[in-house]
Order: sequence, then C-alpha cells, then structure tokens
Amino acid sequence: MQLTIRTLLGATALCAAAGFAQAETLTIATVNNGDMIRMQGLTEDFTAKTGISVEWVTLEENVLRQRVTTDITTKGGQFDIMTIGMYETPIWGKNGWLVPLNDLSADYDVADLLPAMAGGLSYDGTLYAAPFYGESSMVMYRTDLMEKAGLTMPDAPTWDFIREAAAKMTDRANDVNGICLRGKAGWGEGGAFITAMSNSFGARWFDENWKPTFDSAAWHDTLTFFKGMMDESGPAGYATNGFNENLSLFQQGKCGMWIDATVAASFVTNPKDSTVADHVGFALAPDKGLGKRSNWLWAWALAIPAGSSKVDAAKQFIEWATSKSYIELVASKEGWANVPPGARTSLYENPEYQKVPFAKMTLDSILSADPLHPTVDPVPYVGVQFAAIPEFAGIATDVSQEFAAAYAGQQTVDEALAKAQKLTADAMEAAGY
Amino acid sequence: MARAVTPRRKTINTALAWAVGLIIFFPILWTILTSFKTEGDAIAYPPKFLFFDWTLENYAIVQERSDYMRYLWNSVVIAGGSTLLGVVIAVPAAWSMAFVPSKRTKDILMWMLSTKMLPAVGVLYPIYLMFIKLGLLDTRIGLVIVLMLINLPIIVWMLYTYFKEIPGEILEAARMDGATLKSEILYVLTPMAVPGIASTILLNVILAWNEAFWTLNLTAAKAGPLTAFIASYSSPEGLFYAKLSAASTMAIAPILIMGWFSQKQLVRGLTFGAVK
Repeated sequence: MQLTIRTLLGATALCAAAGFAQAETLTIATVNNGDMIRMQGLTEDFTAKTGISVEWVTLEENVLRQRVTTDITTKGGQFDIMTIGMYETPIWGKNGWLVPLNDLSADYDVADLLPAMAGGLSYDGTLYAAPFYGESSMVMYRTDLMEKAGLTMPDAPTWDFIREAAAKMTDRANDVNGICLRGKAGWGEGGAFITAMSNSFGARWFDENWKPTFDSAAWHDTLTFFKGMMDESGPAGYATNGFNENLSLFQQGKCGMWIDATVAASFVTNPKDSTVADHVGFALAPDKGLGKRSNWLWAWALAIPAGSSKVDAAKQFIEWATSKSYIELVASKEGWANVPPGARTSLYENPEYQKVPFAKMTLDSILSADPLHPTVDPVPYVGVQFAAIPEFAGIATDVSQEFAAAYAGQQTVDEALAKAQKLTADAMEAAGY
Repeated sequence: MARAVTPRRKTINTALAWAVGLIIFFPILWTILTSFKTEGDAIAYPPKFLFFDWTLENYAIVQERSDYMRYLWNSVVIAGGSTLLGVVIAVPAAWSMAFVPSKRTKDILMWMLSTKMLPAVGVLYPIYLMFIKLGLLDTRIGLVIVLMLINLPIIVWMLYTYFKEIPGEILEAARMDGATLKSEILYVLTPMAVPGIASTILLNVILAWNEAFWTLNLTAAKAGPLTAFIASYSSPEGLFYAKLSAASTMAIAPILIMGWFSQKQLVRGLTFGAVK
C-alpha cells in the first residue's frame, strides 16, 4: 500500500514537473531579418527537445533598440532574451544589465566562436551575448562590367583602384553607376560606413584623451575622397541611400560595385530576387595602404537581461540557437547558403560550406576586422564602425546628418567637419569626458 | 442667394475632386498593389503598375508567420475600448463646459489641448515605470487607459464644439419638465448630438487604431495590436517591401472598410454646425 501511495505521489510530482516544464514560455525580442525569421520557423525543434515554448516579439531594428533599452534600464522584465548587437553588449555588460554567459555547457564549445565575435561581445573578458550571426563588409562587384572595363579586381583592392574602376564602369546612358555606397544619415547607416572607411584613411573618432579629431587631415581626406568618388560615379541622390536602397539598385543591375554588409552576398546572388545573380564577385573592403582596411564588424547576438526569472531556460535556448547543431539543422532544411554566417570557426572548416561562393571572403573580412585595435593610431574605445560608449549613437547620428548634408551639396566638406567637431566636443564635455 | 454653377464648372470641380482624392489615396493603392507583387517586382524600376505577375504568396507568408487574428482582436479591443471609455468620461465634461461654463472653462480647454503638444517620448519612462508597478505592461487594459488619456482632449474638444451648437433652452425646458441631470444628458442632449458623437467615436477609433508609439513601447508578446504586426515586417537590412505591404494592407483593411461604410456619418459629424 505504502509503495502504491509513494508511486502515486512520485507520478504526481513527475506530472507536475512535466506540466511546469511544458508551461514555461520564453519571450524573445528580435529583429526582422532573414536569419532571425528562419530561426522563428525552426523553434519547434527547440520546443520538442526541451518542452519550453517560445513567444517572439519581432521589431524593426531601431524600434527594437529603443524597446529593449527602455525595458532593461527600467527592469521591466518583458523579455527573457534580447537580440542585441556589438554596440550595446559591452556597455550593458559593464553596467551589470546582462547575465554573464560564462557557464555554457561543454557541448556548446565556446572556443569555437570566432575570436573577433566573442571579443566584441565581451566585457572585461566575460561573454555577455552569444553571436547568432556575424557580418563584416566587403566589395561586391559585377564581374561582367569589370571585364568590360578591362580591369581585374584584386582580392584586396585599394581605394584608388576602386575609384578608378568606378569611373570606368559608370555608364550614365544605361543608368549604370560605377559604385553605390551608403550616404544616408544615421549612426548605423551612412555613419557606420564612413567611420569604417575613415579607419583605412588613418582617421579616428577620438584621440587617447577622448578629444574628437574631425579637424584632422585624415578625416578631411576621407570625406573629400568619398564625396569626390560618389559625385563622379555614384547614383543620383546617394546622400539618402542606405543598405536597402543600394541593395535594390545592385539587384537591378544599376551598380558596378557595392561595398556593404557581407550578409548582402546571399541576396545579390539569389536568382529569385537579383537580376545579376550570375555576375557577382567579391573582394575585401579597400584600404589606403596604412594597415587598416575599411570593413566593419557586427554581430546580432542573444543576451539575457539581469534579473530574469528564467535564466536557465533562456540559456538553453541560446545554446540551441547559436550551436553547431542549429547550423546543421538550417543546412538540412534550407541549404548551406542560408545558414547564419560569421559566428563559428567550424562553419568555415566545413567542406560543404566552403563551396558557397561568398564563404571565404566573408570569413577573411571578419578576420581582418579588429574591434580592439580598429584604427591606425591608438584609440581609447572598442568598436570598428562605432565607439562602444553610451553617448556614441546620439553623437554619430548628428555627425552623419552633417556629412549627409555635405554629400547633398548643402554645405562644404570643411563646414560639415567643423560642425561635427564642435557638436562632438560639446556632447563629450557635457557627458563628463 | 446661392451662386449659379455652370455645367462646365461642375465638371471641372468634379475632375479636381477626383484628382485630389486619387492623390490622397495613391499611397494606399500602391501599398495594396505592391502586396500582390514578388519582392523583385516590388523594387522594379521603372515601377510596375498593373502589369506584373500577381501573386498571393506574400499573404500566405504573412499568414503563416504571424497570428493576424490575435493582433486584430487586440486592435479592436484597444481602439474600441479606449474610445468608448473616453466618450463616457468626455460627455459629462463637455456638457458642463458647454452649458454651465465657469470663468476658467476656456483655460481648462486650452490646457487640455496643450497636453497634446508634449512629445510622447518625454513621458515614456515615467509611464513605463508606472506600468511596471501596476502590472499593466503588455496588457490590453493598460493600452486602453493610455490611449483613452491621450485622446481625451480631442474627444472633449469635439463634443464641446457640437454641444455648443445645441440651444441651451431645450435643456432648460427638459429641466422645467423635471428631468434629472442624468436624464437630461442621456435622453435630451445625447440624441440631439448623435451625429457629433458618432463622428467623434469614428475619428478616435481611427486615431487609436493607428497609434504606434505607445502600442509599440508598452507591449511585448501578448497585447500588441496591428501596429506591432506591421512593425514586425519592417527591416532596414533586407528588401521585404512586398511582405511589408501585405501586412500593411491586412492591418488597414478593417479600418478602411469601416471608414468607407461610415463616411456619410463622418462627414456629417465633422461639418455639423459649420453652416448655420
């Protein structure tokens, strides 16, 4: 009898535990891009393995940034996992707003994460967000137009070559622009591009004493070169073009070259959407011979807000979503070209993935970016196309607006740089630097 | 004496009205057309107007990815609830301001309107913190309250304007006949102001339906209305314009249909008292 009661009690406890596990639901805030949407479609696999359900809150990148920032600073507790980038992670990690990911399981193989990604998502040596996918930037060019221009794109071109090639590929009569680049205001749009480009020209945002350096010759050269090249060979209205506008132009065959995020490679080589899918080549982002290239480094990563009541379940999800087996799951369902790139070393050692045309150049681009030493001269900040300080997003948005006004011809390059210098100096002083 | 309108002038006026109407409607029409295109056709230049391969693929993808009915129900509850609650509070307020004004009535009306001039983001953090304390984050009731409060000045102002057109003597006569305050408002004032109240309700339902700051910032996975549904299809890194257009069309369709059927009441209410 006693055995029966014990058995019954045990069974009840097991049922309750199972019911509890079934009932656990994670709320995850994420961005709307191809890789994240694909992950949403595959979460049944995670639920089947763990019994944990997932609810998604998908938002546009800027809305998401505002939404999760509000929630984490007020300890709102609305999200168990947040999708954040390389910019937020070290700042939030430093503030103690994120759960450290220093106890992930041995199967997860933290050492397999690309060092540049793990480094950019850590603060003081502790990983605070696990990279879901990573990206750098590179040159995507039309092989047919390059051949027609009588040129051969080197694997590692210089800015002077790019400018010359852009001029030769430009065919205004047929609406072909030699080069398409981001000019749109916004720290994550044109601001990111010009900052990464300035690194290759020897410029930097701040000197070792946090003084802005827009009054330097290097910044003057960067902006003058960019505007000169784009006025010669860029599309009309380039000052308002961002990633999507340039993607649209490139896919319609209106750009000879496009320097932008490596994730764009899968879009421009997809024959369903791109009219030039069969004529796209890749090269490293250009340099100026100073030892730094003009490519950036970014990762969308999953992090757990401090104070979350579902840390264990959240860690389980993060391990699943950023694991090697998840990559294999995507490959089996959607093909190797669609797996989330740029996060794990093992992916680039996989012979199947090596067959993807843009795989090698993506890895080389990621490996050539160093968020800890992004510039020719030393800087006090971390980050390639940004400085990982809370004030940067606001300042860089204002600065990029001044630059965009210069691209549009509303002011000169010198006027834009003078205004950038002043507004940055004022903001940094007000922030106590 | 009414001014004579020649047939020629009438034709020109009609053509002009149609032209203005089409210009105003064009963005919506373009969104609807884009929702039936492939992503490639959606960005084609020169743009494809009608001659493209029509597809329902975007609707199928949106339907598969999102729980549209949940977002729709949230929108109905939030827009309808906030408007009705607002009208219940605003009718007595507007009655007192229109028929028993004090020397501060005008100031109060102006002060109420001035609250609309504050950028919403200025009070995001205080409201967010209050919502955390009250457990109202990501709840429909929380959004009903917030949207009711932000639209209340408009509701009061509109009702005040309509009530001012109603002769006070009629209400006085009702009181002489022994009507209580409740009866006076419910059985005398309200029936006379039905066109005004109807247009106020319609306009505020539209405002609440389209509100996209609070509905995005105070919701997560449960209470998000159709504005959150649309936001989930917007992306700065990837061309998903056709899917975004399909989501937008699905989001605006209910309010568009409602506006279409109630346009007579809406115009009647908005022009109520404009001509004496």
